[in-house]
Amino acid sequence: MVQSAQYFFRLVAILLATFGAATFVWSFGHHEQPAVKAAVKDATERKTAPDFDLKDASGKVVHLSDFKGKIVLLDFWATWCGPCNIEIPWFTEFQRKYKDRGFEVLGVSMDDDGWKAVNPFVKEKKINYRILLGNDQTGDLYGGVEALPTTFVIDRDGKIASVHVGLSGKNEFEAAIEKLLDSGPGNNIEARKKNGGA
Amino acid sequence: MKNLWTIPLLAAALGAQMAPTLTVAPLPTVKVAKGKTATVTVKASLPEGYHANSNKPTYPYLIPLTLKWTGGPLQMESVVYPAGVTERYGFQLPTDKPLSVVTGEFSIVTKFKVPADAPSGPAAQTGMLKYQACDNKACYPPKNVPINVTVSVE
Repeated sequence: MVQSAQYFFRLVAILLATFGAATFVWSFGHHEQPAVKAAVKDATERKTAPDFDLKDASGKVVHLSDFKGKIVLLDFWATWCGPCNIEIPWFTEFQRKYKDRGFEVLGVSMDDDGWKAVNPFVKEKKINYRILLGNDQTGDLYGGVEALPTTFVIDRDGKIASVHVGLSGKNEFEAAIEKLLDSGPGNNIEARKKNGGA
Repeated sequence: MKNLWTIPLLAAALGAQMAPTLTVAPLPTVKVAKGKTATVTVKASLPEGYHANSNKPTYPYLIPLTLKWTGGPLQMESVVYPAGVTERYGFQLPTDKPLSVVTGEFSIVTKFKVPADAPSGPAAQTGMLKYQACDNKACYPPKNVPINVTVSVE
């Protein structure tokens, strides 16, 4: 009888472990599907956005960590990227609309031709947010950014709240930004709720 | 260093959309006679669902398809690119012009002159094919594909 019980519990343990492993593997495959389904992750599930130091057009070195405490929309783009051109006016609008609420857009250009290509483009498109010159290392930090645009919405704690690969909907970005703005400074309302806090 | 563990997670997140690979068919050896002309046809193909800008893209900021010959015994006379097809894509604004692109299989034809003093025997003619591809939602960094043709000068 005791042996049967032991066998039963062992079997249940194996089944649970298998289910857990399968769920874990599945979650990697479906971690972030293309942008259409990108949603703001629960605060407890967010990963830290890797820090970087990149130069802006004036030559000033900018770190992502400089923006801790703000919600950051980090957009990897290039002048030759058609879908990026669609999103850029939205981001310009977001910068204008939300900057006073602790929000910042950072555009990381992946143009091989550098400022020679980027500066005229920024002027022509009347981009009102900070543009940095990226490189392969920066892309690698973020998991090997290949598809452009790829955009990360980062919360006030410097954690990635949503990832948008390829052209996404304006309303998706706006919903993500609004949600993070509404969660207020500290940005951990959901986590506090989970932990039984206020 | 503490953020290194996020890289595989982000990579998994971004794995859904990878850059397409342009495939170039193997090039046969070209037998040429000194003082004559020779033609090399580079046959390439893009996977379904992707396009690359043609050699004459619609907008100046787009990166064109180019084939540059960089070395070898032959003198390049002309390169004829495939005529782009004009297509509209989901990422374009209604006011945008259709894009001039290549899709699927296409060929680039190069005419060479064989110098009268070209050394006899086999040699490599090398070049670089550059393309920049997109799909309906995203674009991918420009890539270079080395082209290598064996020429046999007789």
